[in-house]
Amino acid sequence: MDAMAEPEKPVHFASQTVIYRQFAWTRLTHWIWAISLFFLLLTGLQIFNAHPALYIGDQSGFGFDNDVLKIGAENTEAGPRGYTTLFGAKFDTSGVLGMSGPEAQPRYVAFPAWATIPSHHDLATGRVIHFFFAWLLVGTLLAWLVASVINGHFRELVPTASDIKQLPRDIADHARLKFHHTGRYNTLQKLTYAVVLFIFFPLMILTGLAMAPGGDALLPFLPELLGGRQTARTIHFLVMALLVAFFVAHIVMILAAGPINELRSIITGWYRADPPDLPANEPKVPASEPELPTDQADTGRSA
Amino acid sequence: MAKFMINRRAFITSATVGGSGLILSGCDVFDNLSNPDNGLRNFFEGANSLTYHAQRLLGGGYTMAQEFTEADIRQPQRPNGVTAPDDSVYKGLLSSDFADWRLDVTGLVEKPLSLTRDQLRAMPARTQITRHDCVEGWSCIAKWTGTPLSLVLDEAKVKPQARYVVFHCLDSIERSLSGDVKYYGSIDLVDAYHPQTILAYGLNDKPLPVENGAPLRVRVERQLGYKMPKYVHQIELVESFGEMGLGKGGYWEDRGYDWFGGI
Repeated sequence: MDAMAEPEKPVHFASQTVIYRQFAWTRLTHWIWAISLFFLLLTGLQIFNAHPALYIGDQSGFGFDNDVLKIGAENTEAGPRGYTTLFGAKFDTSGVLGMSGPEAQPRYVAFPAWATIPSHHDLATGRVIHFFFAWLLVGTLLAWLVASVINGHFRELVPTASDIKQLPRDIADHARLKFHHTGRYNTLQKLTYAVVLFIFFPLMILTGLAMAPGGDALLPFLPELLGGRQTARTIHFLVMALLVAFFVAHIVMILAAGPINELRSIITGWYRADPPDLPANEPKVPASEPELPTDQADTGRSA
Repeated sequence: MAKFMINRRAFITSATVGGSGLILSGCDVFDNLSNPDNGLRNFFEGANSLTYHAQRLLGGGYTMAQEFTEADIRQPQRPNGVTAPDDSVYKGLLSSDFADWRLDVTGLVEKPLSLTRDQLRAMPARTQITRHDCVEGWSCIAKWTGTPLSLVLDEAKVKPQARYVVFHCLDSIERSLSGDVKYYGSIDLVDAYHPQTILAYGLNDKPLPVENGAPLRVRVERQLGYKMPKYVHQIELVESFGEMGLGKGGYWEDRGYDWFGGI
């Protein structure tokens, strides 16, 4: 690989502050989740393909109408086409949804081969892999929660009053791709991670459990709370789409903020912060110490 | 330090390039996981055992599947799998309205049974309105009437070494050169003795139709549809199902589906 042969210039740390930004538990669970979510997404789409329709309520309407999304294929005057119906509105999605693959030999599946694991139709294998990574995600989420409460990472993620006050400015900074490289999360980061970790992940697990007939027998209030098993399945799909959107935003932010530095911090823990003369470069605050005054993060210099 | 940085940076770069290559090249790189002998797949399959033991540990035998009301029955029960068995034995039984059909209870029992439909109907019955969850993802609510399996097992007196109940069916779901493959399936004794596990002969206040498994199908309400065989004619108590079929405990299990269908 080129990058290996290319002689690297030594990095001058004299003018930079390198701080220990991410705990080992955070780094480890981050990568386990990244791998798990990759497999959960692609096997999830495989499972969805076995019955590519979403409904509201306890059951799937075959004798009545309660679907909100339907993907399929049909014969038209122009030949077979793939379609997607969303809240009754029908779209031609040939090539991606409903019909995909080589033109001479199209496959009539909801999600195309490149979006599923396995690439061919195999519900059984999709389920086997899906449930393995579901368990891995749940297990590591619990481990992360315990570790993060102990090591103080949890507190870093909780938005404070000063965070909320800075929100408008933080939104403006993000919009201008102006980043503060500090030892702390900014308001939008905190809010985003909090939503993913404390709303999306638990919702995924609960709606997953509500789809399991054994899970429903164990927790009978769960499907009722979520509006029925089929509604739970619809929510599971919706949150999947939101997690994909989060992933895209996450990658864009990393690329914009400096991918090498960001990746290094989530692999090795070390992060190159803005020059030390600026107050924005406060090192990581242990959980036991008080919050930094709000004006400090305010004066941080852009990247 | 500089040397260390090179290695680290090289690792990051190659990991990123490798990772995006994986996505761009499609996901057929994982297609070998479909192979039942794949070691990694067998490792992943261990999660089903974890699910099974977790559900048994937390709920034991006593958690009940949700039951619904008449108002929730809004459509006919959707049939799936074989809906019209083409087997000559089955068609012969059907032509005489199952007068010659028997439910045989065999294997590890003190008293093997051979029950007629009338004998089963004469036993105490249970009626339940439940949600049928298919492994494909859809659900359908219907009213099922039948004999609790526990009553049949009590009458046959299950021997202590029995661990599983195997249901043998009359329908061939697959035809191959080496012969027809009959549907079969198995559950543990916890589910077998569960109060909602019934041998159903009635659906929505009518005799069970052929497409839904006439004359008799199993209802195992805390598991998915593929765990509830239709066209049942024999119940066998076994210590292990390893010698049956391909050894995984059921027709679909032999084709890669998890044995425990509570998820």
